[in-house]
This record gives sequence, C-alpha cells and structure tokens, in this order.
Amino acid sequence: MTVYIKNIFEEAGDMTQFTLRFFKELLKPVFQWREFSRQCFAVGYKTLPLITITGFIMGLVLTIQSRPTLLKFGAESWLPSMVSLSLIREIAPVITALICAGKIASGIGAELGSMKVTEQIDAMEVSAVNPYKYLVVTRILATTLMVPLLVIYADFVGIYGGYIGYNIHGNMTLFRYFSDVLEHLEFLDLFPAIIKTFFFGFFIGLIGCYKGFNASNGTASVGIAANEAVVAASLSIFIIDMLAVQLTDLFF
Amino acid sequence: METQPVIVIKDLYKTFGENEVLKGINLSVNKGENLVILGRSGSGKSVTIKCLVGLVKADKGEIKIFDEEVSALNDDDLNNMRVNIGFMFQNGALYDSMSVRQNLKFALKHHTRNLAEPEIESKIMEALENVGLAESIDKMPSELSGGMKKRIALARAIIIKPKIILYDEPTSGLDTITSREISELILSVQEKYKASSIIITHDMACAKTTGNRILILNEGEITAEGSYEELEKSKDEWVHSFFI
Ligand SMILES: Nc1ncnc2c1ncn2[C@@H]1O[C@H](COP(=O)(O)OP(=O)(O)OP(=O)(O)O)[C@@H](O)[C@H]1O
Ligand SMILES: [Mg+2]
Repeated sequence: MTVYIKNIFEEAGDMTQFTLRFFKELLKPVFQWREFSRQCFAVGYKTLPLITITGFIMGLVLTIQSRPTLLKFGAESWLPSMVSLSLIREIAPVITALICAGKIASGIGAELGSMKVTEQIDAMEVSAVNPYKYLVVTRILATTLMVPLLVIYADFVGIYGGYIGYNIHGNMTLFRYFSDVLEHLEFLDLFPAIIKTFFFGFFIGLIGCYKGFNASNGTASVGIAANEAVVAASLSIFIIDMLAVQLTDLFF
Repeated sequence: METQPVIVIKDLYKTFGENEVLKGINLSVNKGENLVILGRSGSGKSVTIKCLVGLVKADKGEIKIFDEEVSALNDDDLNNMRVNIGFMFQNGALYDSMSVRQNLKFALKHHTRNLAEPEIESKIMEALENVGLAESIDKMPSELSGGMKKRIALARAIIIKPKIILYDEPTSGLDTITSREISELILSVQEKYKASSIIITHDMACAKTTGNRILILNEGEITAEGSYEELEKSKDEWVHSFFI
C-alpha cells in the first residue's frame, strides 16, 4: 500500500517536471514547424471520420430521445436549442476528447514508446537534435490546437444530426433550424466550452508523450505505454471537465 | 606526427541498480586512430561509448573529448560537440517512420543547415553507394533485412563526415564478404576524413583490418591492450582465447 502511494507521488512529480520542461523547451528557438504541421494533420486525419460519425449520431439520438419529454410539456419548439446547447456545452467536447484520447494519446504513447525502446530517441539525441523539442513539443502543441478545432467541427456535425432527427417528425428547413439554434446561443454557452477543450488537447498530448517517453526497455513496455496513455488521458478529461464546470459556476 | 588524444576516459564507473557495469575504465584514442574494443557480451562495451556521448550519465570519472569534459557541458555545448561525432547503434536505431532517404537526410539536415537540395541528394547517394545499398533509397526500414539496416545505420553515422566515429558492432549479423567490405569502408573513412574511431566488435577479421590498437574489456575493466599482433601472441590464456 505504501509502495502504491509512493508510486503515485513519484509519478506526479515526474509528470510535473515533464510539463515544466515542455514550457522551457517551448520558449527556446528553432521551432520545428514542419513536424508540427505533420502532427496537426495526423491528428485531424486519424480522428475526423470517427468524430463525424459519433457527432452526427449524438445529435440525432439526443433529439429523438428528448422529443417525448419536451412534447409532454408542450415545449417541442425548444428542441433545437436544447439539443444544441447540450452538444456545445458538454457532449461534443467530451466525446471528441475521449475519441482523441483513444486514438491520439495511445498512438503517441506507442510511437514514442517504440522509438524509446529501439534507441531511436537516443539516436536523435546524438545527432544533436533535441528529441524533446522535436517529438514532444510538436505533438503537445498539435493536440492542443487540433482538439478545439475538432470539437467545433463536432458541434456543427452534431447540430446537423439534430436537424435530421428533428425532421423525422417535424418539418423545418436547415436554415431555420440553424438560426433557431444561434438565436438561443449565448457567449457563456460557448466560451467556457471552448476554453476547456484546449486543456483537453493539452493533456491528451502531454500524457501520450509522457507515457511514451518513459517507456522502460523491452517491447512489452510499448503496449503498456499505449494502454496507460489512454486510461490516464480519459480520466484526466473527466477531471478537467468537472473542474471546468465548477469554475464556470463560480465565476459567471 | 605528434599524437594527441581526442578522447580520454579516466576512471569511469557506472552502476545500474545493483549491477556494477563499469569499474574504472581508462582509455584514450589518438587523433586519426582506430581503437578496437573487444569483450564478451555484457561486459559493458556499449555502455562505455554511451557514456562518451552523454546518453548515459556516468557515476564517477572523467570523460574528455577534444579536451572538454563531457559531464560539465550544458545542453547547447553538448550538442555542438555531438555534431562532430557519428554514432552507429548496435541495433541500427533507424527511424522507422522514415524512409532510408529521410533517415539520412534527417541526420544531414540537422547537422549542416542550409544545404541545397541537390547537394543533400548527392551526399545521400554517395553514402548509400559506400555501403552498397543505393537501390534501397526509397525503402522503409521495415522492408530491410537485419544486415541492410546495419549498413544504413553505418551510412547514417558517416554521412555527416564526423571527426569521431563510434561503431557499435558494425559487422555483426553480416556475411563474411559484406563484413570485409564494411571493414574496408571503415578504414577508408579513417583515411579520407582523418577520423578517430572506436570500434566495438566480436569479429576478429574486422578487428585485424580496422584496428590500430586493441583493448579487451572484461567485466567492466580493461585487462589487455596492444596491437593485433601483440595480443595474438599473448601468453595470457584468457587474452589468447579471443584469437582462436
Ligand atoms: N539502460 C540500462 N539499464 C540497466 N542496465 C543496463 C542498461 N544498459 C546496459 N545495462 C547492463 O549493463 C551491462 C553491460 O551492457 P552493455 O550493453 O554495455 O554490454 P555489451 O558489452 O555491449 O554487450 P554485447 O556485446 O552483448 O552488446 C549489462 O549487464 C546490462 O544488463
Ligand atoms: Mg553492446
């Protein structure tokens, strides 16, 4: 038990150091633009189909499921705005982030883990390339930038899914549906939801890189790194989400 | 010619947990010299050269390259020093997300900035022709055999024309003919670039061809030193056993 607790603290300490190093290296010159854009592309390319499908289904299903309840209160006209608010504030960010945790954090964990195990990271270091700057900084920045963009995309796809769901029983043009949604949308619905997605992205990249970079030797540790990355990243998403809700509640 | 050492290691100690790997290594490599290190598996040969480039932090001891203490360098100075060192890893350590061309280009581009594209291309071709693998330029590492990976790793280590080259078993896993070619390549690199090298090997033919001087490492200590001919005639049974 004490060993277990000690491990948790040790890991937390290591991780904090890893994070501090990120900010230190970020400020040093020679930013690897090419690797950064390659990573951004990879993040988008790997997750876009999944996010499209899940986003669409979420919007559709949510609309269909909510209709009977709203109908009971005679508030069917609230359906578009209610569904899109839940999507924008909560569902799209969390689902998108979870998909990225499953797809991106594990991918980064496995990739860096195998590079570590096969001495590719050492090889980089002896070629006078700072592997932290080249591999870690670019990946963390890529996820921090891309996850919010993907969330915004998921918002749109989800709302469109809601539109399709609405029209199973109702009859509304796409234009009217969207203007109805936008009319009820406030700054406070959007702003905190977008801010938290940057943190989701940051932690997905950070945890993936940390687990990969610290893979011990041996091929088995590559699988472990990938697996731990998914678990830790998913967990961190829920924790950040909870903190974000509390903070918004406190300040606004 | 006055011989001046480019690499000096004094009293190097390294322990991994309970495992005392290096127990006071002393060695030096003179300018333009090829030093061969022999030793049984697990005797600490790879660890020694990893300490040399700062990949492994030694517990105790002095490591000087070009008269500079490696452990005292900050990150930038360490990188400035590494630019002059070619390192061939025992298992190749090719970047497996990159093709052969990109592997070599990566080493080159981060070594000398602002190289023109045609110049890069011709250097890559030259390096690949040296190891006889020009036709594999667009292959991915996963498509190469073990020996081919080794030769690409060698090409990647020498493409930057380093002043110091560290070879970790350059000929292991290769057939005798290719081994001989690689040994000759190492010799010609020594002559062409006036490079100083450490060559770790189990291959006595390679040691004989390439080595100006040979060290034998046994359980973290250097137990014998001399030219190939001297050691071959050694009365010491243990030293002699390497040459049978
Ligand atoms: N990163 C590490 N962590 C823990 N122990 C290590 C590490 N690297 C090497 N060792 C240990 O150091 C010892 C020497 O390893 P080294 O790789 O130097 O052997 P070697 O002489 O190169 O052998 P071989 O000829 O098989 O390559 C081994 O016992 C090994 O277990
Ligand atoms: Mg070795």
